[in-house]
Amino acid sequence: MRFSGRFYFGATLVILVLLVGFIGPFIVGVDPNASIGGLYDKPGTGPGMQWWLGTDNEGQSVMSNLVYGTRTSLLVGLIAGIIASSIGLVIGLIAGYAGGMLEEILMGLTNIVLAIPSIVIVILLSVSLPRRDIFTLALVIGITAWPWTARAVRAQATSVRTREHIEVAKMSGAKFWSILAWDVLPYLLSYVVMAFVLQVASAILTESSLSMLGLGPSNIVSIGMMLNWALAWGSIRVGAWWAFIPPTVMLTLIAFSLYLVQSSLDEVFNPRLRRGKKRKLVPAASGGAATAEIDEPEGEPGASVGPAALMSATVAEGKDSGGTTQ
Amino acid sequence: MAALLKANNIQKTFGHGKNAVHAVKGATFELEEGTITAVVGESGSGKSTLARLVLGLLPSTGGTLEFDGRDVTKLSFMESQRYWRDVQAVFQDPFSAFNQFFTVQRLLGRSMKLIEDKKEATERMHEALGHVGFEASDVLKKHPHELSGGQRQRIMIARALMMRPKLLLADEATSMLDASLRVNVLNVLRDLRDNLGTTVMIITHDIGQACYVAEQMLVMEKGDMVEQGSSKEVVFNPQHTYTKQLLADVPKLHGELGEMVH
Ligand SMILES: Nc1ncnc2c1ncn2[C@@H]1O[C@H](COP(=O)(O)OP(=O)(O)O)[C@@H](O)[C@H]1O
Ligand SMILES: [Mg+2]
Repeated sequence: MRFSGRFYFGATLVILVLLVGFIGPFIVGVDPNASIGGLYDKPGTGPGMQWWLGTDNEGQSVMSNLVYGTRTSLLVGLIAGIIASSIGLVIGLIAGYAGGMLEEILMGLTNIVLAIPSIVIVILLSVSLPRRDIFTLALVIGITAWPWTARAVRAQATSVRTREHIEVAKMSGAKFWSILAWDVLPYLLSYVVMAFVLQVASAILTESSLSMLGLGPSNIVSIGMMLNWALAWGSIRVGAWWAFIPPTVMLTLIAFSLYLVQSSLDEVFNPRLRRGKKRKLVPAASGGAATAEIDEPEGEPGASVGPAALMSATVAEGKDSGGTTQ
Repeated sequence: MAALLKANNIQKTFGHGKNAVHAVKGATFELEEGTITAVVGESGSGKSTLARLVLGLLPSTGGTLEFDGRDVTKLSFMESQRYWRDVQAVFQDPFSAFNQFFTVQRLLGRSMKLIEDKKEATERMHEALGHVGFEASDVLKKHPHELSGGQRQRIMIARALMMRPKLLLADEATSMLDASLRVNVLNVLRDLRDNLGTTVMIITHDIGQACYVAEQMLVMEKGDMVEQGSSKEVVFNPQHTYTKQLLADVPKLHGELGEMVH
């Protein structure tokens, strides 16, 4: 495996974000709910790190809110990403490998969940929950986001199903679950990792959208909540840029760095995509398999939103990189 | 000698209605115990489909299969496990037949689980590797990418042999190997028949290769089994125009036949 400069750049940004979210709260050392000054005090009004970005509408340190908010967003993203990836992986793997009736039932279910506008479900669930802690929020986001992973994984599993090593495993007496775990899954792991990164990025953005609508986690700050307050208290009108620019930049940085890592991983796993180099066909020997019946998700309704667009691109490229076996 | 496998009008159609592909349109043949039979035909004539039917890897859409006196047309999961102790295969592509994440040991270890006695399983593994000219200690720790195409194909043969199968299918098992290795693998198959009495069914688009090892030949054209008989009969006295055409495509064949055909 050779990583590109893009990968190292993206990975550095991701590590930076992780440091801000998980180490930052200890370094800043000020409770984000404590008032340290008045309404929208300018950065540097007082001494120390907590004054670097001034105060918000409640006189609380923006710096402190930013690092704690980043932590919340990352936690929600990771938990939701794990939930969505696990459900999607199991369903996609079984559907793609088993085929037949089981595949039709599972993909029917996936398409139904996909057709439901998930933001509506998330809003309804969020409103009806008595208490919105970050775990329930992550759960809600995770169980509406898995279909993308399921589809990407299924398409890949379908292409592995036709490889001869599956038949060899059967003739060696391997059972269904053993084949699924040892003969199909390892061939898809790279896709699962990429899908997971996208799910995390997408969940963080969903959480922010919800928080901006005022449906964020209660009693805890998140980046979306900061934007919600900034909007509600007219920070833009009064020119208190320190209240809305830092969370916007942080959110962009998180999503951008994750997409960067995902797309550079894609280049590693699919060498044909490598930039600046001639595209050449990789023979089946590189692990590609005959891809008889991969469907193309891009034609589906709503396929251009969320992680879908990126994932379908991934799947389509995966299809091309496979050679032919007879 | 009795027939080990009897196929009666065995058929396979993929898909339905307009899109139906009649890959095997009803093949009737017998495999005599301890002999080598070759299935020849152009690419797309249904040879691999026929092999997968015989192996129980594909359900047939008509006809019956009988193995060693039992009906094996439809097998449950447990029955297939038992069937695969008697019937094994080696496939065309020695790369895609390998799980690239497994070492040779892991690959063979799976088959070992089918053998109840642990000690016997280990013995059989060494024995099977010996049949294809390997020393266990040299290859067990290796991944497929550390082996050449010919070595991989020999490992695949060893895997099949661990079950001490009565019937071994080789589907284009030599077509991706160099000429010198081809003969090597064909000789391994021949030794199996001679030394262990294994019945072998080789599938090839190369009628010359078929002549070299097989006693019996089955000729397939677009899903039909158009001709069958002993290799001598089929080669020296072909009845069907398709067979004649296949033979005409192998210019050197007739000159060398004297040494090749048994
Ligand atoms: N899984 C499948 N689904 C649909 N059609 C198939 C499948 N496998 C083989 N076929 C078709 O069956 C025919 C015979 O193929 P095959 O048995 O592979 O021929 P051969 O091994 O002689 O080259 C071909 O037309 C092929 O396209
Ligand atoms: Mg074939």
